[in-house]
Amino acid sequence: MIELVNLKKRFGHKWVTKGVNLKIPDGKMTCVIGRSGEGKSVLLKQIIGLIEPTSGKILVNGLDIVHMSEDEKRKHLEKFGYVFQFAALLDSLNVFENIGIKLLENGHNPKDVLPVVKEKLLLVNLPEDTLYKYPSELSGGMKKRVGLARTLITKPSVILYDEPTTGLDPITSRVIHELMHSMQAKFGLTSVVITHDVKVFDYADRIALLHDGVIRYFGDAATIWECDNPYVYQFIRGLPEGPIQAEKPTSRDKY
Amino acid sequence: MVIRFVDYIGRKVLSICESAGAFVLFLGTVIKTMFTKKLKLSKLVTQMARIGSSSISVVALTGLSSGMAFALQTYIGFRRVGGEHLIGAIVALGMIRELGPVFSGLMVTGRAGSAITAEIGTMQITEQVDALRTLRINIFQYLMVPRILAGTIVLPLLALFTMICGIVGGYLVCVYAIGLSPEEYTSGIRTYVEMSDIVGGLVKSSVFGLILTWVGTYKGYRTYGGARGVGEATTRSVVMASIMILVANYFLTKVLENL
Repeated sequence: MIELVNLKKRFGHKWVTKGVNLKIPDGKMTCVIGRSGEGKSVLLKQIIGLIEPTSGKILVNGLDIVHMSEDEKRKHLEKFGYVFQFAALLDSLNVFENIGIKLLENGHNPKDVLPVVKEKLLLVNLPEDTLYKYPSELSGGMKKRVGLARTLITKPSVILYDEPTTGLDPITSRVIHELMHSMQAKFGLTSVVITHDVKVFDYADRIALLHDGVIRYFGDAATIWECDNPYVYQFIRGLPEGPIQAEKPTSRDKY
Repeated sequence: MVIRFVDYIGRKVLSICESAGAFVLFLGTVIKTMFTKKLKLSKLVTQMARIGSSSISVVALTGLSSGMAFALQTYIGFRRVGGEHLIGAIVALGMIRELGPVFSGLMVTGRAGSAITAEIGTMQITEQVDALRTLRINIFQYLMVPRILAGTIVLPLLALFTMICGIVGGYLVCVYAIGLSPEEYTSGIRTYVEMSDIVGGLVKSSVFGLILTWVGTYKGYRTYGGARGVGEATTRSVVMASIMILVANYFLTKVLENL
């Protein structure tokens, strides 16, 4: 169980999260939705340890990882995987090296790593001939799948997805959602998904809405369309009127 | 008004101290990683090849042209006092003790140091460095140590090449343009150049290699703000490393003179 307790983050004078409280259940897919710039990615990066919170706690199985030493934190986050918005593949390495990087860096023989990489490649529905291609030769959807395969090689129990379908067409987005769902079912993973894509509700278990630095709603994904929370109602329907202020066009936008 | 001024100065001083501290701590982490984590030899060799191969033609041309110009200038001055027979020694000592290490350091900073900053900076802004972190890969072991170690090892070799090119350039000018005999040029070198001069020059260039890769990796690591940020980091890296090399050169000369 991951629990965020009064988590706050400030950049300069700007508070991005103002006290997030959230219990992420094990073995479920939890989606965090909210407008762009609300700090959803910052939240995810705090969980994985890429950004230090200004205050608050991140409890992993009851232990606060914020105040742990780097080595202790590393140990507790060993089973956490992260799939980046734009995959963040190392562009100087080919697909095989990207997926197998963790094992190769740990000193495993490339010959031993190859079958493991091939197995992960198959899991994310990529053909074997992509093995020696470079990231620049892959489509956006393929990159995301390679990113997921790279995460799966670490055998995670928790995967954090940062906007996994951004920039993808609806068909590829669906393929990615189904992939996330099947990985979750197959390995009993805990998934946390940051997204704007309401299609993911079909696959998610829980939905949290982040607005103005705090969680405004946390509930079942199955009943999200019947939810009368004004923030959720407005956000998932994309309504300009409601408690969430729509961005007003600037004078430059008019031209 | 006075309080605001003092506040401004205080903030500036704190900011400089913070940056300097982070810069030194960065090198501290690199050194600690060097001694506590295993270094992949293949990565070191790759970086050495990249730094060496990308800079060899540049340092050769720099050495040759500076040796030629130095010989010509020395001849113009020395013929007034009848000291032509010392030109070889002066060119060789100048190239070995000063020009070879400094010019190769500056040229490699422009060629390889900037490339290091741009590469790591791009990795930083495209979240590739973060990806390594989430995979629990030590980024100092993976990115910084091989580059810094490679620079420290390769630069003396490049400096040696610059020195040789410079001395050959001086020879070409003295023998074929000025009309000195080969013996006149080389006898001074044999008489006045000592092994300690060469060792001193190589030690200097090794320190310059450390400086340029330290600055290059640090500036890349601290890059933010997209493509523009990478450009700015690269420019700052070249300027900072060049200044540090020139300043360090004076102090190294002073230290090596007393050894």
